[in-house]
Amino acid sequence: MAEKYEVVGHNERRVDGTALVTGKPVFVADLPERPGTLHLALLTSPHAHARIRAIDTARAEALDGVALVLTHENTPDRTYTTAGQGYPEPSPYDTRMFNPKVRFVGDRVAAVAADSLATARAALGLIDVEYEVLEPVLSIDAALAEGAPLVHDEPCPDAWDAEHNIAAYSEAVAGDVEAGLAAAHTTVDVTIETHYGQHVPIEPHVVSSYLDEHDRLVLVSSTQVPFHARRIVGRLLDVPIHRIRVIKPRIGGGFGVKQEILIEDLLALTTLRTGRPATMSYTREQEFHASRTRHPMRIRVRLGADEDGTLQAIDMDVLSNTGAYGTHSLTVLSNVGSKTLPLYNLAPDVRFIGKAVYTNLPVAGAYRGYGATQGQYAMEVAIDQLAEALGMDALELRARNHIRTGGTSPIFRALGEGREGVEQTVSSCELEACIEIGADRIGWATKRGRRHREGSWVHGIGMSVHMQGSGIPLIDMAAASIKLNDDGSINLDVGATDLGTGSDTVLGQIAAEVLALPLEKVIVTSSDTDRTPFDTGAYASSTTYVSGTAVQRAAVAVRDQLIAAAAEMLDADPTTLEVASERVSDPDGDSVSFEKIALRALYGENQHQIAATASSVPESSPPPFIASFAEVAVDTDTGQIRVLDYVVAADCGTAVHPKLAEGQIEGAVANGIGYALVEDLAIDDRGRPRAIDLGRYKIPAATDLPRIETILVDSYDPTGPMGAKSIAEIGINAPLPTIANAVHDATGIWLTESPFTSERVLQALRAQGSGSGTG
Amino acid sequence: MRVSFTLNGTVTQAEVPPGTTLMELLRGLGAVSVKDGCARGDCGSCAVLLDGRAVTACLLFAGQVEGRQVRTAEGLADEVGLHPLQQAVLDAGGVQCGFCTPGILMAAVDLLDRIPDPTEAQIREGLAGNLCRCTGYVKIVDGIRDAAAMLAATGRTTDGEEAGDG
Repeated sequence: MAEKYEVVGHNERRVDGTALVTGKPVFVADLPERPGTLHLALLTSPHAHARIRAIDTARAEALDGVALVLTHENTPDRTYTTAGQGYPEPSPYDTRMFNPKVRFVGDRVAAVAADSLATARAALGLIDVEYEVLEPVLSIDAALAEGAPLVHDEPCPDAWDAEHNIAAYSEAVAGDVEAGLAAAHTTVDVTIETHYGQHVPIEPHVVSSYLDEHDRLVLVSSTQVPFHARRIVGRLLDVPIHRIRVIKPRIGGGFGVKQEILIEDLLALTTLRTGRPATMSYTREQEFHASRTRHPMRIRVRLGADEDGTLQAIDMDVLSNTGAYGTHSLTVLSNVGSKTLPLYNLAPDVRFIGKAVYTNLPVAGAYRGYGATQGQYAMEVAIDQLAEALGMDALELRARNHIRTGGTSPIFRALGEGREGVEQTVSSCELEACIEIGADRIGWATKRGRRHREGSWVHGIGMSVHMQGSGIPLIDMAAASIKLNDDGSINLDVGATDLGTGSDTVLGQIAAEVLALPLEKVIVTSSDTDRTPFDTGAYASSTTYVSGTAVQRAAVAVRDQLIAAAAEMLDADPTTLEVASERVSDPDGDSVSFEKIALRALYGENQHQIAATASSVPESSPPPFIASFAEVAVDTDTGQIRVLDYVVAADCGTAVHPKLAEGQIEGAVANGIGYALVEDLAIDDRGRPRAIDLGRYKIPAATDLPRIETILVDSYDPTGPMGAKSIAEIGINAPLPTIANAVHDATGIWLTESPFTSERVLQALRAQGSGSGTG
Repeated sequence: MRVSFTLNGTVTQAEVPPGTTLMELLRGLGAVSVKDGCARGDCGSCAVLLDGRAVTACLLFAGQVEGRQVRTAEGLADEVGLHPLQQAVLDAGGVQCGFCTPGILMAAVDLLDRIPDPTEAQIREGLAGNLCRCTGYVKIVDGIRDAAAMLAATGRTTDGEEAGDG
């Protein structure tokens, strides 16, 4: 691909790179504090489930320097969802800004705005709250038990069945799965359980607000969804959209947790009530307690196959714990099936049934992988169990069954994002090559099943295969505007939100490629609701594919205008003209530079602005694919797992910026390894997360990880911009099943409950009779 | 209280309330490359060089730098251009969101100052106090290795000085 393109496929210098490595003030907290800024602090619930009988803020309000105290008594009581999704959001409106009933440890009780953060925090201690503590619902089973306390006992019309603690329900059926399983030669039946993980962006949630010179409300937010933030805040606080501007500067990582409108409303209301600028950043502890997490799930997968390994029936039954509120409950749930089942599309009998339940536990939300992480863990362990039951090689079983280019699945249509999906045919799939290349690199043929031993450590090899999507078809929408400047450079204005992935650079490369410009002549401005066109935001692996297509179209339109202007200048037939190296040329070799065209258009003859805006609403969501391989060592004395080698072979279509694409895989895999092995909110028996800092919630450091190797396999998707698909989420789905399958190869145990702590591994080894101390 | 110290080569004086951390002092002086990621010394985003050694600025009091040399990422590039570490980590693809990057660069300056030709394991050891959630560290490690090679090839130290015979 590098040969095909001048800019796309090349590791161009990032458009924001120099600013980032020199520490320029580009993040929200770096921007100069405005005079009179108020600092906000948040009082959160110490109880998992309680009613606020009384709240007395008089002493806090009397404290010198306190400007405002917000509680349920003086804030809007309309319901909404914090999910930063398209309108209308497919998440239940079960949340209030402040609520007289608190539903998890960390739920909002009050906020204080004061002259300094120290004063605001001191004032929190002066708020007297009288709680009536209620019996909490602390597990999926407790939520579904007969007579369980209700997490939402208020009217909750768009939850599926709040009277039984069910936030969301999803199902899809093709054929007759029970008949298919009954008729199968070999069946397996696996149940996995996953735990609470947190995103841990190194930059916490942070928002600043002020009134501009026209008294319009400005929110500078570390958000993945500036346009949704504007809409949701406006509707919640009754402020017309045109009175709000949301600016997204650089973001210090999001991974889904900044697809939530978590604190924008507090800042907005404070500034509207006081007229003063305000700022707030979550503490790291709040990031763990009062933010969002990955949905813990229990998933049962049953597979039925012919003697030759061809899958005949797949049944998937999901129970998802959405915590106290249903943000993203339905869409993450349906994604468990929609991003897992199409991968094995030969089975005629398929059933998916899922419920998301309310509990008095931390609120789950969008997290990279978005349900696919849990679903593919269950599926890929089940596939390895099936291979073992059939006596087949795990690679061969997958190769026999996985979807190919031109393939489809009834699930694409049956399961969408909170509604019916869209029929799709896979427009590109290089998974066969991924499996082959990855297996070769890890040494599958020589290492699998050998159980090489060094002292108490035994080695194993495992793998899994994965898919995701590229945006949400017929829902996600992106727009881009391009205008030509005097010197032949362009402004590229996109609503797309670079959350730290480098997407500003990737989108700039697409424009530069179409317009035959060097990247440094593309001035990229992203996500400012006043300055850039609309984009649904950075989620669902959408930016390269959805926003990239909009950029490509806008660039093509500008190229056509350049050609039309050049045709006048060269007195040539526009259909004969070519664009290359910042010039438009005719077949005789006469040419004009973009600069000349721009000067003429702006100052000379036929004056006009060469510019275009284009949109993209893709009809399909071509899945990227990966094959993931790991070599692990398991200490049979302690149960410790070490990941010694990790290889991912990936099909993301054209990699617009190969190093950034590799970095997406490597970062996602690192996060997935952390989640598989150690990361855990560790909820105690009163519903309180033990994780309060990065000492107790360990994310991988450089010394905790092997050198993750990414191999980008040659691929081209005919529907994507210059052949590109997505890459951002898929890697995080891999480590759970890859490591579980590798540990099985090493020891014979199946790890069906995460995280794979030493204790859990050792218990399984002992249960099997192979751990230390069992002879 | 009053603090006098050298910040990126410039003698600097500041008046701060007692209890002010070095991170707060530096950010207040405009050195916003010093990032607040946890305020507990766990993430390393606030790493700076204190007399040439990487420290987490959130765990030091402002008064502790009295009379000492502090270097932040603002002090890496010079009029000629980016510091080799900035250049190499950027070129290797070691920057994603960029929030942890300044702290990582300072830890890497310390590392290459102590071990000019580190192995991959030594580079990873040198980064053990700096958390990155975006990259999986592969390309950061590559960038630091490349920077070591660049510095060795040009015979310069991490300060931009000519390396001595030792």
